[in-house]
Amino acid sequence: MFPLTVENKHVAQLLLSTGTCPRCIFRFCGVDFHAPYKLPYEVCQKVEASGFEFTNLVLSISFPPQLSVREHAAWLLVKQEMGKQSLSLGRNDTVQLKEAYKWITHPLFSEELGVPIDGKSLFEVSVVFAHPETVEDCHFLRAICPDCFKPAKNKQSVFTRMAVMKALNKIKEEDFRKQFPCPPNSPKAVCSVVEIECAHGAVFVAGRYNKYSRNLPQTPWIIDGERKLDSSVEELISDHLLTVFKADSFNFSSSGREDVDVRTLGNGRPFAIELVNPHRVHFTSQEIKELQQKINNSSNKIQVRDLQLVTREAIGHMKEGEEEKTKTYSALIWTNKAIQRKDIEFLDDIKDLKIDQKTPLRVLHRRPLAVRTRIIHSMETHYVDEHHFRLSLKTQAGTYIKEFVHGDFGRTKPNICSLMDVTADILELDVESVDVDWPPALDD
Amino acid sequence: MANEPETPVAASAAEPAVPSLVDRYFTRWYKADVKGKLCQDHCILQHSNRICVTLLSGSHVVLQSGKAIKSISYQISTNCSRLQNKVSGKFKRGAQFLTELAPLCKIYCSDGEEYTISSCVRGRLMEVNENILHKPSILQEKPSTEGYIAVVLPKFEESKSITEGLLTQKQYEEVMVQRINATTATS
Repeated sequence: MFPLTVENKHVAQLLLSTGTCPRCIFRFCGVDFHAPYKLPYEVCQKVEASGFEFTNLVLSISFPPQLSVREHAAWLLVKQEMGKQSLSLGRNDTVQLKEAYKWITHPLFSEELGVPIDGKSLFEVSVVFAHPETVEDCHFLRAICPDCFKPAKNKQSVFTRMAVMKALNKIKEEDFRKQFPCPPNSPKAVCSVVEIECAHGAVFVAGRYNKYSRNLPQTPWIIDGERKLDSSVEELISDHLLTVFKADSFNFSSSGREDVDVRTLGNGRPFAIELVNPHRVHFTSQEIKELQQKINNSSNKIQVRDLQLVTREAIGHMKEGEEEKTKTYSALIWTNKAIQRKDIEFLDDIKDLKIDQKTPLRVLHRRPLAVRTRIIHSMETHYVDEHHFRLSLKTQAGTYIKEFVHGDFGRTKPNICSLMDVTADILELDVESVDVDWPPALDD
Repeated sequence: MANEPETPVAASAAEPAVPSLVDRYFTRWYKADVKGKLCQDHCILQHSNRICVTLLSGSHVVLQSGKAIKSISYQISTNCSRLQNKVSGKFKRGAQFLTELAPLCKIYCSDGEEYTISSCVRGRLMEVNENILHKPSILQEKPSTEGYIAVVLPKFEESKSITEGLLTQKQYEEVMVQRINATTATS
């Protein structure tokens, strides 16, 4: 049979008489074996079936709220018995039920799933236990501490673990003992698992993109359920990542953005993609390089470079770029009046020109009306013919270039029209550089 | 902007190879003889995002026959100045609400004549053009761009219906032709 020493026999008998389960009795007496311990194997099955790639995991276990009541009853009894021996015992001197459960089951889960349990892991397995038989065990608390149990909107029951804990902290020992047996009575069944969820924390992929099409929006352009333009920058890049990382969804962000009809040349614009609940997360730099190649081979409208995995914190660098860093552009400008080279030369000498831009009419429907002061740091002109010239400009972040050229009904001042005293319009615009030095350049 | 990046730049063209800013983004609408007053024609440019700009039509009296503008005032009544219009936030709260016939401004000419410009569209007033206050001549020099009168944001649900009472470019041109015929007939 099971080895129990003579000294332990009366302890075992006392515990047995209170209804303590035999497994716990053996544990308590230091009899160490795993076999009687039931691991919720359905959890392991679900984890393995979920298709996640993971090298460690964090286990979140939820016990039924009423278990805290039973735990409290046991604690009161222990305190009482210790008191009889003139020994005092603080709540923190005892081991919480959940801690003990973790100590026992973590190694078992680890062994079964083949990976260590790590509190910092991004892969979370959450398990919720329920015990329908004893659900009403905590209901008496509502009568004694009603303000702990206020109905919250989306919760099915007011008896949440937090609410029950709060009430147990408030209730006086005598009141508790009147309502609940110490030690608690023995239930017929064990807890059952009602919910198992596996989720992986988001991973981030960053890079820089070039845009070579004048007919491609940044994000899908859909009005009243109808797609107005085929595809988008974010889809052309993210769709491949979504597949390879086996993620549920993505969030695309970039350091500023350009209009549908504007190309992005030079080193490209920094972007970062958050892949939500990825099932695959480990990639070598070689694999990432191949992924980049795959994206680049799939479309000539966009190209990406410096594709790499980054941390969540790194995203801050990119957004900082959006507001603070300079950008350079190249614009093809038409003038109504015939011009000679000398008519545009003066623009080359203008440095740090301050302009006031009212919110352009073309975005006023979705942006607040305001005046933004921006700086055109420098300009360089290239004469084309009597009615055209190319203008290169280096500007502060957040400058509306098109409006600086045509003036937007005089709502951007000064503008090329007012500076040259002509009617000017912009025929083409290219982003030549986005002066943000993130993400780190990779040598391909 | 050019739709195809490969479009060759039209050399020495006085007209661009592509439509103008207004033609690219706006639809032109007109209201002739506003408030029953002959030749007080207004033009409304509606952007594809539904925002409207109220301007004088090229055929408006003020832009004809060498009239000189003395001053422009946005004080349309004792209690209301369009300059006091304050708009805040993305949803443009606090804006003065305009009906079709709401007055935007008064134009005083040196010959003593006074003209009231009306909104012609229902919606929230975004802004009135303060540039023409300081330099009224802009109104006559650049009536279809820098000389605009006001910017109005119609309610989302009314974006299409607000133009129901207005004339299209074609209808407006027909009205102009009829007007010329009527004038020549009586002279």
